[in-house]
Amino acid sequence: MRNLLTTYGLSRDDAIAILDVAEDMAEVSEREVKKLPTLRGKTVINLFFEDSTRTRISFEAAAKRLSADVINFAAKGSSVSKGENLKDTAQTLAAMGADAVVVRHWASGAPKTLADSGWIDAGIVNAGDGTHEHPTQALLDAFTIRRRLHGTAARGKALDGVTVTIVGDIVHSRVARSNVWLLTTLGAQVTLVAPATLLPVNLTGWPVTVSYDLDDAIAQGPDVIMMLRVQAERMSAAFFPNAREYSRQWGLNDERMRALPASSMVMHPGPMNRGLEISAAAADSPQSTVLEQVANGVSVRMSVLYHLLSGAVER
Amino acid sequence: MSARTVLQHADITRALTRISHEILESNRGSDNLVILGIPTRGVTLAHRIAAVIRSVDSAAIIAGALDVTMYRDDLAQNPTRATGPTDIPAGGIDGKTVVLVDDVLYSGRTIRAALDALGDLGRPRAVRLAVLVDRGHREFPIRADFVGKNLPSSTEERINVRFDEIDGTDEVTIG
Repeated sequence: MRNLLTTYGLSRDDAIAILDVAEDMAEVSEREVKKLPTLRGKTVINLFFEDSTRTRISFEAAAKRLSADVINFAAKGSSVSKGENLKDTAQTLAAMGADAVVVRHWASGAPKTLADSGWIDAGIVNAGDGTHEHPTQALLDAFTIRRRLHGTAARGKALDGVTVTIVGDIVHSRVARSNVWLLTTLGAQVTLVAPATLLPVNLTGWPVTVSYDLDDAIAQGPDVIMMLRVQAERMSAAFFPNAREYSRQWGLNDERMRALPASSMVMHPGPMNRGLEISAAAADSPQSTVLEQVANGVSVRMSVLYHLLSGAVER
Repeated sequence: MSARTVLQHADITRALTRISHEILESNRGSDNLVILGIPTRGVTLAHRIAAVIRSVDSAAIIAGALDVTMYRDDLAQNPTRATGPTDIPAGGIDGKTVVLVDDVLYSGRTIRAALDALGDLGRPRAVRLAVLVDRGHREFPIRADFVGKNLPSSTEERINVRFDEIDGTDEVTIG
């Protein structure tokens, strides 16, 4: 594997291989010495043009646990704020000898531009681009679901027949897009639930069913309910009347939590707007996987970096 | 090229029974003994050896697994390898006598990686090595303490180990 830009087109076998190695990486994270020598001498650059705490430190922890050298590059306070363009930044990083660049950018497609441009020879990992994709988040979500369902016997398994309901701000969500492609590739059945204003206008080719009624979707008893963050920072227009209205119609409140089967997982990619899309009781319930998702994120990103940076280089 | 069978089911069972007794003899019993197999077929062997030791010494020996993929020195030369599970029996390896188990001993590079992997898990009192087949051609100063069969081979030849638990049959072939 050379780059990880999207989960669209990622094969089922490759996805399972990444999840299986992540199982073994999770075991390393439970040891006293949480370190493997595998990527010694490799340099991983975290290139972040957009604010992020958890994704950046998750990638940083993953790279460090594999003994890679990590350089963090935040656009704020860098030469980017002096007007440097992506090409010059990329060529600077190439000159520093980067083996992999983990890139988050506000523009959809920026990681692909980096990968295809020839400006830099390093492997590119998309850590979230605009409203396009966030593949490692989808991989860690799939990993979390698989682990909750199968425990220690998860290796080699897919998610055939698992029902996943994704709720909320679909149109702005790169997490939702990456999850739709990955989860359906792994055999899950995905339902999207959102107000019509927060759904993409054209859903042709999306292998999903759509519902506009959250209570109805909960009554179906999905195996997984994934609440998305309301991305106020990407909303230039009014997509719903007000926060209370949104919470009442589309939030996972305590009443809906009681209606959900006790075996259903409650997921959220974080950061959570408690009281808006998810109630505090739902977020802190034993059904919630929020903290597992964070811990699993490191294991999955270790696996992704391992797949990108080890092995004979294909040219 | 036709492969020649060098060990059959009964030969493998006899070799493992002998190795198990040798391990017990050199360790003076089964106290503080940890048997760790290297995936994939080393783990099968480790479980078989542990079963023999349990039947002889009525000790509660459980075999574990030690994956060495991430410690290999040839990761950059080959396509990306899948990793295997590491499963260390409760109680860890500190102060224990660890017996590493693998199916074939060849260059010794796998065992070199295993020693590094062990170092990250704790500090054993001693590390021993048990293999079903030693085919020679070492590239490191490493030798096995317990050997099922010494099998002089050419580097052109391929040694195939098959076990009931994985392959549905017990045999070692060369060809």
